[in-house]
Amino acid sequence: MTTMTYEQAMEDFDPVFGIEVHVELNTKTKMFCGCANEFGAEPNTQVCPVCLGLPGAMPVTNEKAVESAIRLGLALGCSIRESSRFARKNYFYPDLAKDYQISQYDEPTCYEGSLDVVLDDGTVVTIGIERAHMEEDAGKNTHVGGTGGIQGADYSLVDYNRGGVPLVEIVTKPITGMGARTAEVARAYVATIRDIVRALGISDGRMEQGSVRADVNLSLRPKAVAGESQDDVPFGKRSETKNVNSLRAIERAVHFEAARQAMLLLSGEHVVQETRHWHEDTSSTTPGRSKEEAEDYRYFPEPDLLPVEPSREWVEELRSTIPEHPAKMRARLREEWGFSDLEMRDVVAADALVLIAATVQAGTSAQAARKWWMGELSRVANDREVALIELPVTPDAVAELQGLIDEGRINDKLARQALEGVLAGEGSPAEVVASRGLEVVSDDSALEKAVDDALAAQPDVLAKIQDGKVQAAGAIVGAVMKATRGQADAGRVREIILQRAGVEG
Amino acid sequence: MSSLERSDVARLAALARIDMTDADLDRLSGQLAVIVDAVAKVAEVAGEDVPATSHPIPMANIHREDEVRPSLSQDDALAAAPEAEDGRFRVPQILGEEA
Repeated sequence: MTTMTYEQAMEDFDPVFGIEVHVELNTKTKMFCGCANEFGAEPNTQVCPVCLGLPGAMPVTNEKAVESAIRLGLALGCSIRESSRFARKNYFYPDLAKDYQISQYDEPTCYEGSLDVVLDDGTVVTIGIERAHMEEDAGKNTHVGGTGGIQGADYSLVDYNRGGVPLVEIVTKPITGMGARTAEVARAYVATIRDIVRALGISDGRMEQGSVRADVNLSLRPKAVAGESQDDVPFGKRSETKNVNSLRAIERAVHFEAARQAMLLLSGEHVVQETRHWHEDTSSTTPGRSKEEAEDYRYFPEPDLLPVEPSREWVEELRSTIPEHPAKMRARLREEWGFSDLEMRDVVAADALVLIAATVQAGTSAQAARKWWMGELSRVANDREVALIELPVTPDAVAELQGLIDEGRINDKLARQALEGVLAGEGSPAEVVASRGLEVVSDDSALEKAVDDALAAQPDVLAKIQDGKVQAAGAIVGAVMKATRGQADAGRVREIILQRAGVEG
Repeated sequence: MSSLERSDVARLAALARIDMTDADLDRLSGQLAVIVDAVAKVAEVAGEDVPATSHPIPMANIHREDEVRPSLSQDDALAAAPEAEDGRFRVPQILGEEA
């Protein structure tokens, strides 16, 4: 047998999987020092003696990061340990300046939670959470020579700007019994975590920039034979696929690993317990570093940092800030807004849900808010190749713009021009309308003159309207709109035309 | 009873990237075993009700406000680097061809 599909693998095997998600927190500063936590700066300009691991430097915990970690733990239904501490995880790797990573080991801050994940067809799966602990990120290696990868490189260059950035690592318990839906569940789980960290406002949740990263552990065990419980079948050897950094890749990594392991097992070979690298270009995994030394991190308590002992009052205060579960919120909003399933799915896929909710909150109808964010603004975001949230326009501004339309001060076309001004940084919608002179012409005498001019230019139209062909008025409306450079209220123009023709509107 | 074997010391040395000769291992495994055994006596004395201590001073929650403080300049950051290139620390090959 040379190839096998995921579906074929599922005929003979029952997958067991677990996921580790690393969430980069969006604090202003790093976990243990005051260096800026910001993506994209010049290399090694956001570093100090602490995050470079210089001798004698002392780390101090970032209170905001602790708060974010506790809030995330609470959102995942975890218990918050009354006293937790940091530990050193020792290993040698150039992106780790100190030769150890400060993490948490036997006393993670958040433990024993559970998270409901809603699949596309509405099925709810409850995922057990083992722990969520705080740690620091590593620096970034760039490999020089060879093919640009680590293997065969001549040497490597290290930028420590990311070193020490606060992370929360969320570890699931082993997930069983999902069968062929394993890949879908894995994807939905990571998507839910991403939605939760965004809703909490503790991370931008951008997988493509690495602010949410997943490692996928997977093993296969034979399907139970008749009369045997699947729970009695022991787990197989697992692989851990590192840094799977998109939702689609999560699904594909599960597909690839299940098929690869099934093929090995069916040909009488063994699955090696190992770390594997994910390759986005080929949707496949390859073995990670050679196993000449077994993993032994020699964890021990970090002597330079004191225990974290959040008061119960603080934890309860933070609990009151936990937003609704994203899937439940979506279901509730879909109902409140009266969106179709398809509309809602598009809104979620475009990351417009929170923006629309804020726009509605500011007083706009749900459909109008959806029209702006999914229409004109999505188009602009697409042109500029940025996310909606990155556009220089706020939900409040969109609500203000729609308000101007609702008051009849501008029409849709003028509103688009006003929006253009807002996006160009000319000010609020009202300011742009004033400075660009975009208000509709509501002065009837001006409109009447424009209508008369248009009727005079197209004398046959008046006769048609009087004959009952009311739709012919459209040509006059168009001419008036053109003459007023779009600044007329089309509805009012139509009324005037019908008055002139002596027919009821 | 020694809780630390010579092979344990060899393994720890390898993990910590410390080169040790056979003579070093013989000498140090004896010395380290004495230290480990001495510390182990604490466990014998401490009752079930005494939790393991990681921090001898009863303090907790020393936090820092999330406020940016100046970082080093790139030049200062790289000043002590054996080699630098492109504003980055240059390090030797991490994995060989065969890895």
